[in-house]
Amino acid sequence: MPSVELRNICKHICRDVCLDIFDKEFLVLLGPNGAGKSTLLNVIAGLVDYEGSVFFDGEPVDSLPPSKREIGYLFQDLNLFPHLNVASNVAYSLRIQKWPWDAMEARVEELLHIMKIKHLSSRYPGHLSGGEKQRVALARALALAPQVLLLDEPLSSLDMQSAKYMRMELKQLQRQLGMTTVYVTHDMKEAREMADRIAVIESGRLEQVATPGEVFFSPMNKKVSDFIGAPNILDCTCCHSAGRGIAEVECGGLPIIVPDDGSKVRKIALLPRDIYISESKPPGPDVNRFKGIVSGIEVAPDMVRLEVEVGGNCLSVEMPHYIYQDMHLAVGKEVFLIFKLRNIKIYRGEESKKKNV
Amino acid sequence: MIWFKNFKPGWGIVPVVIFLGVWEFIARLNLIPGEIFFPPFSEVMREFYYLLASGVLGHNFLSSLVRVLIGFVAGSFAGLLVGTAMGWKDIVNKSLSPLVSLIYPIPALGWLPLLMLWLGIGEALPIAIIFICAFFPIAYNTATGIRAVDKNYIQVAKTLGASDVKILTSIIMPLALPNIFTGLRLESGMAWRVVIAAEMVAIPSGIGALMMKAESLMRMDIIVVCLIVLAVMCFIFEKFFASLEKKLTSHWR
Repeated sequence: MPSVELRNICKHICRDVCLDIFDKEFLVLLGPNGAGKSTLLNVIAGLVDYEGSVFFDGEPVDSLPPSKREIGYLFQDLNLFPHLNVASNVAYSLRIQKWPWDAMEARVEELLHIMKIKHLSSRYPGHLSGGEKQRVALARALALAPQVLLLDEPLSSLDMQSAKYMRMELKQLQRQLGMTTVYVTHDMKEAREMADRIAVIESGRLEQVATPGEVFFSPMNKKVSDFIGAPNILDCTCCHSAGRGIAEVECGGLPIIVPDDGSKVRKIALLPRDIYISESKPPGPDVNRFKGIVSGIEVAPDMVRLEVEVGGNCLSVEMPHYIYQDMHLAVGKEVFLIFKLRNIKIYRGEESKKKNV
Repeated sequence: MIWFKNFKPGWGIVPVVIFLGVWEFIARLNLIPGEIFFPPFSEVMREFYYLLASGVLGHNFLSSLVRVLIGFVAGSFAGLLVGTAMGWKDIVNKSLSPLVSLIYPIPALGWLPLLMLWLGIGEALPIAIIFICAFFPIAYNTATGIRAVDKNYIQVAKTLGASDVKILTSIIMPLALPNIFTGLRLESGMAWRVVIAAEMVAIPSGIGALMMKAESLMRMDIIVVCLIVLAVMCFIFEKFFASLEKKLTSHWR
């Protein structure tokens, strides 16, 4: 499987984009709508004209049409051919390549088996559920065993539960087949779960290319930080196991309880929306509950953002307007913060090494 | 109104039978003087039998049928080719679209005087009119159908290795079939209407010509026989294309 290199790509919003995608890597292109993610995918596929160069394994492919680039492309809308049944959809590229009938039949059967859709082979796309369509489209994209797999928000039309299973299967399949994969999404959670590396793109420019942990716990700049939800990131100086699957970590003077898997916790992150605030001391055990002083209030159109001083740290907290209006918050007022155990994101990796491309 | 809810396609014969019954009854009442102006259905059927037995109807019907078939098949084929080129290639569309848009609204019979002078009165005349009648709507519908195909299907086919021609034959044309069939279905009936009108005005043989002869002899029964033949042929042609469309597209639509 080849590595993919993009050099000085200019197309629509994308300006001078340079990106290296390693062999067999699962790279996620992460960014808001209109950032240029799909454009980059189309450039790799050769579906649009562009300035700059694309290399597969060091060989330029700019003059090659999509059909000669050996790519598999899963589009956001899937676009299964409505007039062909599942088996014919999957076999489409094999027919184009004029595979012998026996080999084609065997390959289609194999793909339907891998994607667990053998029972659907004679159905038409109009009679399939969203998840089934997803599998058929993926089987069709994989039929010719492409060198590079391009996925454009393929799970956006699925419900949360189906998308979760599909993510796991997709990642497993990618490992199994060892394909260099580029996956486009605007969902940070999806990116964190699947990516070997994440390339954050904003307004046609790559802002950061790094591992999910590095992007989340060491955002390169404010744009990246804002996109991932501007988390509060706390460095952990001390970590010791408290038994029963939990550990206590010391973060900027705050003793915080986190899930324990035996490895050292280097940083923790808390999204502003995941911190709960209370005017009175909350009931329950005194765990992950801290007293703080409101040091700033910003009323934004969609929510209210507070700055709270807690044990030498300044944490951002967000809340909806209706909750803010029910409370009597003011700068200098004493409040209590609650960190929910499962909302604490943990970084256990090596010291982050930022990579600017 | 329970009977209405249970209405099945096979029941379509019932209103026809009632209509024929009422027709027979009113004609037999002799309200309009004599049977000349309003012959009962049974008289019409008797005449139908005589015309058939004598070969008059068969001869005229075959003349009309051959004209319709040649004109319609040639016009449809040419319309499909030009419509496909217009739908597929922007440059062809931009070049031909203004011309087609200008000529398309002209009723087929509007060409009759011009074609009579160009081609003279003969077999070529009705065939040419039916050709024009079929060509423009089918070209227009085909081009519209092809352009209406979602461009994303074409992108997908490209990534799967299909050439432009393969994309046209394996993706675009099958997906444009519903639109193409709409044109074929409507124009197949229209071809019969046009051939009858052309024969009435300018050609000495065919169902239309038979009607004109009957009119001069004040034979209402023969006129009605010809009208029934026309109605049945329009119906059969339209049904043929409707069922062909269903056969080719109903499994995925």
